[in-house]
Amino acid sequence: MGLGELRVKVERNRLRSFLREQTDRLVTGLAILATLLVVAPLVAIFVYLVFKGASSLNVSFFTQNPKPVGESGGGMANAIAGSGILLGIASLIGIPVGIGGGIFLAEFGRGTKLADAVRFTADVLNGVPSIVMGIAIYALIVVPQGHFSAFAGGVALGIMMIPTVCRTTEEMLLMVPHAVREAALALGVPNWRSVLSITVKTASPGIITGCMLAFARVAGETAPLIFTALGNTYWSTNLNREIAALPLQIWIYAQSPYDDWHRLAWAGALVLIILIVTAVSLVRYVTSRGVLKGAS
Amino acid sequence: MILCALSIFGIVALIAVQLVKGSQLSWDKFGFGFFSWPEGFNFGSVFKAIMDPNSPQPNYWDPVNGHFSALPFVYGTLVSSFLGLLMAVPLAIGVAVFLTEMCPGILRAPLAFLTELLAAIPSVIYGLWAMFVLVPLMREHINPWLVQLLGWTGFFSDDNPTGLGFLSAGVILAVMILPIISSLTREVMSAVPHSQREAVLALGATRWEMIRMGVLRNARIGIVGAVILGLGRALGETMAVTMVIGNSIEIHRSLLSNGNSMASVIANQFSEASDNLHLSALIEIGLALFAVTIVVNALAQLLVWAVTRGAPARVN
Repeated sequence: MGLGELRVKVERNRLRSFLREQTDRLVTGLAILATLLVVAPLVAIFVYLVFKGASSLNVSFFTQNPKPVGESGGGMANAIAGSGILLGIASLIGIPVGIGGGIFLAEFGRGTKLADAVRFTADVLNGVPSIVMGIAIYALIVVPQGHFSAFAGGVALGIMMIPTVCRTTEEMLLMVPHAVREAALALGVPNWRSVLSITVKTASPGIITGCMLAFARVAGETAPLIFTALGNTYWSTNLNREIAALPLQIWIYAQSPYDDWHRLAWAGALVLIILIVTAVSLVRYVTSRGVLKGAS
Repeated sequence: MILCALSIFGIVALIAVQLVKGSQLSWDKFGFGFFSWPEGFNFGSVFKAIMDPNSPQPNYWDPVNGHFSALPFVYGTLVSSFLGLLMAVPLAIGVAVFLTEMCPGILRAPLAFLTELLAAIPSVIYGLWAMFVLVPLMREHINPWLVQLLGWTGFFSDDNPTGLGFLSAGVILAVMILPIISSLTREVMSAVPHSQREAVLALGATRWEMIRMGVLRNARIGIVGAVILGLGRALGETMAVTMVIGNSIEIHRSLLSNGNSMASVIANQFSEASDNLHLSALIEIGLALFAVTIVVNALAQLLVWAVTRGAPARVN
C-alpha cells in the first residue's frame, strides 16, 4: 500500500467519523425538537383548559339548573346530578364484575389459556369505539323499552368500565409479592381464602384507585350517552327517563351560539379535568409507593 | 370469578349480535353495495366527481328517498385518520426516543405523568378546545397559508371559510393519539434488553447508531403495533372529530373541505333518524366500525406482545 493511498484512507475515515458524530448530534437535536413540539402545545392546551374553566366556574354552576336561552347565569346542577346517577349505575355493574375478572386473571386462572384469551379480549374491547357500545345498548335496552332512559346510559357506561377495571385489578394483584401468598398458604389457609383476604386485601389500595381511574374516564364519555341517556335540560332523577350528563351538556353547549353557554361548557370541562387529574395522580401515588406499604 | 372473566366474551358477543340484528334491514337492501358507489354511478364517475367539483355530484346519503352509500364516511374516516397518523407518528417516535434514551432522569417522571394525563382527558374536552382554539387558528392562519403554498395541487382549496374540515380533524386526532403512541413506543423500547445496547456501544457506535441498530431494530414490530393501536383509536374517535369535521355528506378532493367520518355520522344522525332503514344503515356503519377496530386492535395487541412478552402489560 502506497503512502498516498493510506493518506486517502485516513482522510476518508476521518470524514466518516465526522459524519457519524454529526448525524448523532442531528438526531439528538431532532428528538429534543420533537419532544418540545409535542410537550409545549400539550401543556398549553392543558393550561388553557384550566384557566378558561377556572374563570368560568362559580357557585351557581353547581347549584342552578340551566336557564332558558337568552337569560344569563344558570348552572349545570342537573347535569352533575345526572352524571352522578349514571356513574352510580355504571359502578354497580362495572366495578364488581371487573374486579372479579381481574382476580380470576391474576390468581385463579394465571397462566391458563383461558386467562390469556380473556386478557387479550379485554384489551381489544378497550379499543372498541364507545359509540359502538352506545348502539349496542340502544338496540338492547332503548328499543324494547321504547324510550331513552338513565338506566340504559348507566348500563352502557358500566359495560365500558369492565375491561379497564379488570386489567387494572390484575396489574395491582400481580404487584403483590409471592412471599405473601406463600406465607398464607404455608399456614394452611385454603387458596380461595388466601386470595380474598390476603392478596386482594394487600392490593386493595391499588384496586380502589384503579376503579377511580376507570370511573373518571367513563365520567367523560359522551358518545355512548347520545342515544341512551339522551340528555335533559331539566332536573330529573328518574331512572326511567332521559337524564342530563356533564359531557353531553358540554357537547351541546359547545355547539350553541351563545357565549353564556360556552362559559358553562368550559366550566364543565374543568370539573371533568379535576376528576381525571385526581384519579391519575392517586394511581401514580399508590403504584409508586408499592402495594405492600398500603396494607394495614 | 370465572363468570366475571367470561363476561368479557359475553360483551363482545352481545355487541356483535345486536349490531348484526340491527343492520339486517340495510344489509338485505344494499348488500356489499352499501360500501361502494351509489346507484347510477361507477368508479369512474365517482372519481370524476371527487376530482372535479363541476361534474355531477352523486347523492350518497339520501334518507328521504332511502338511498344509502357509506362511501363518504369511509373516505372521511380514512383521510382524517391518515392525516392524524402522518402528523403524530414521527413526533411520537421522536418523543419516545428522547424519553427512553436521552432524557435526564429528572424529567422522565413528569413527562410520563403528563402523557398519562393527556391520554385520559375525555374526547369531548379535546373537541371543545378544538372548536374554540384550533379551528379559528386554522381558519385565520394555517389554511390561507396552505392554500397559498399548495393550492395548485387541488388538495387545498379556499372554498371553505369555516376552518372546519378533514385537516382540522386530522390535527385534533394527532393531538389525541400522540400520547398513546408515544407511551406504547416507549414501553416497547424499554423492553429491549440492555445487553443489546451495550453490545452495539462496545463496537464503537455513536448514540444514534446504538438507538438505530440496538433499539429501534429490535423494537420495530412493537412500534408498528403501537402505530396500529393509534390508528385503531383514530378510526373510532367520535366526539372531537364530530365537533370539527364539518358534518357534510360529500367527497371533495380538498382536505380543507367539510366531511364526516363513520363515527361522526352516527353521532350526528342517530338520535334524529326517523325511519327504520336510515337507522339500520347507521347501525351497519357501526358494525363496520366495530369489525374494523376489533381487527386493528387485535393485530396491534399481538405485535406489541411480541416484543414486551414477559413483562406484564400496562393498561393505560
